[in-house]
Amino acid sequence: MRYSLFTLAKNALGGNTAWQPQWRDAEPRGGYDVVVVGGGGHGLATAYYLAKEYGFTNVAVLEKSFIGSGNVGRNTTIVRSNYLLPGNIPFYELAMKLWEGLERDFNYNAMVSQRGVLNLFHSDVQRDAYARRGNAMRLHGVDAELLDRDAVRKLYPFLDFENARFPIQGGLLQPRGGTVRHDAVAWGYARGASARGVDICQNCEVTGFRIEQGRVRGVETTKGFVGAKKVAVAVAGSSSRVMRMAGMRLPIESHILQAMVSEGLKPFIPGVITFGAGHFYISQSDKGGLVFGGDIDGYNSYAQRGNLPVIEDVCEGGMALMPAIGRARILRHWGGLVDMSMDGSPIMDATPVEGLYLNAGWNYGGFKATPASGLCFAHLVATGTPHAAAAAFRLDRFATGHLVDEKGAGAQPNLH
Amino acid sequence: MRLPCPFCGARDLSEFTCLGSVAGPRPDPNVEGAPEAFYEWTYLRDNPAGPHREYWYHGQGCRAWLVIERDTRTHDILGAVLAAEANR
Repeated sequence: MRYSLFTLAKNALGGNTAWQPQWRDAEPRGGYDVVVVGGGGHGLATAYYLAKEYGFTNVAVLEKSFIGSGNVGRNTTIVRSNYLLPGNIPFYELAMKLWEGLERDFNYNAMVSQRGVLNLFHSDVQRDAYARRGNAMRLHGVDAELLDRDAVRKLYPFLDFENARFPIQGGLLQPRGGTVRHDAVAWGYARGASARGVDICQNCEVTGFRIEQGRVRGVETTKGFVGAKKVAVAVAGSSSRVMRMAGMRLPIESHILQAMVSEGLKPFIPGVITFGAGHFYISQSDKGGLVFGGDIDGYNSYAQRGNLPVIEDVCEGGMALMPAIGRARILRHWGGLVDMSMDGSPIMDATPVEGLYLNAGWNYGGFKATPASGLCFAHLVATGTPHAAAAAFRLDRFATGHLVDEKGAGAQPNLH
Repeated sequence: MRLPCPFCGARDLSEFTCLGSVAGPRPDPNVEGAPEAFYEWTYLRDNPAGPHREYWYHGQGCRAWLVIERDTRTHDILGAVLAAEANR
């Protein structure tokens, strides 16, 4: 389905009955060059770039539910590349550049809005840490501006600058950061992949791998055996469950991350703001709802729902930062299943099983990585060698000691 | 979620901190293959969808360390004992 003023007018006059589905809802065939397990943002992006950049069109995406039903449809839509470590910055900056050209690339409106991401600091030491981060970003060619208190006040006069415990001293701004319409990212990639011949198979759960002499031959699914020369797994919070079927134990714990949306309000928060003295981040959707979240709950969970203490903690952070939102009511809240890795950074690598590739460990920040994750994973699967921007995300780095630990928290996922 | 502390009874989640999976005893650093054993002990997780044994600290209560078995799919509590007793 393609869109134009003409199709819009035609369908408006025709009672909107002639719109076609945006992608083909396929049934799995017997065999493929590549089977992508997981129809989330990363899996669909991988299939899209496999077809578009690497010429693999005999590809299937197997999704146990409907596409975009997991984390790509339940995040806070923020994109940014304000990282510190050399292994991370080039990768997330690649993602940022892909976001900037994404709508033109897949010809679909993903509402990419570079409204700026501002991280506030509340003490001298925190300012120094943010200055260091900003310098690291600029050395890698990423935009970063250290704002003093007056500059922040000019941007966001409604913040509580005089808070007795955590007065705002300034912030680190990445002007190119912002938000993207998350569902449209899944739909756009699905449409682009499908148009290039990729089979998108929904309600098709992978129940096992067929591995012969150390090489993957395909996957068993609820719709029968699907043969594959290569299998690429991108299943986020279900990574441990899926890879266990291939006999692997991963450096990953599945946790719960909650987010909330308020009732719709008139526009008053133009960008993305994060509180530096607690964990609270907020933006306002184009529909008017305040979209906000904070820490993960801190215990293993597959329940896709969280508990009230974290909601209370998040809301306390919000009230300390911007008391003006205190009267807004929370309209809905939800929990996502996040794959917390042991150093807070992702894993994108070949596995000991030949032809089986893993893309996992995105912690609470997988959405912003979606385009680069898809491109780099497609590169890895197509060529067998890691993409230069994702070369640090090795599976064996935990054994060799080459960790990429932004926070220095160690193998304690609930502290990342 | 309320956790049943053996001392204090059912208490609100906000009184507790979770450390993570009960990983078994620390490997012996003096045997052959110790680096591999430490790698597995430190970094690899079973991460089950179902019953899971984990350490919790009742920091805002009796300050005891507990071993709690909990279903990660439903958050149902299947059992709670003092860590000192669980490891005896």
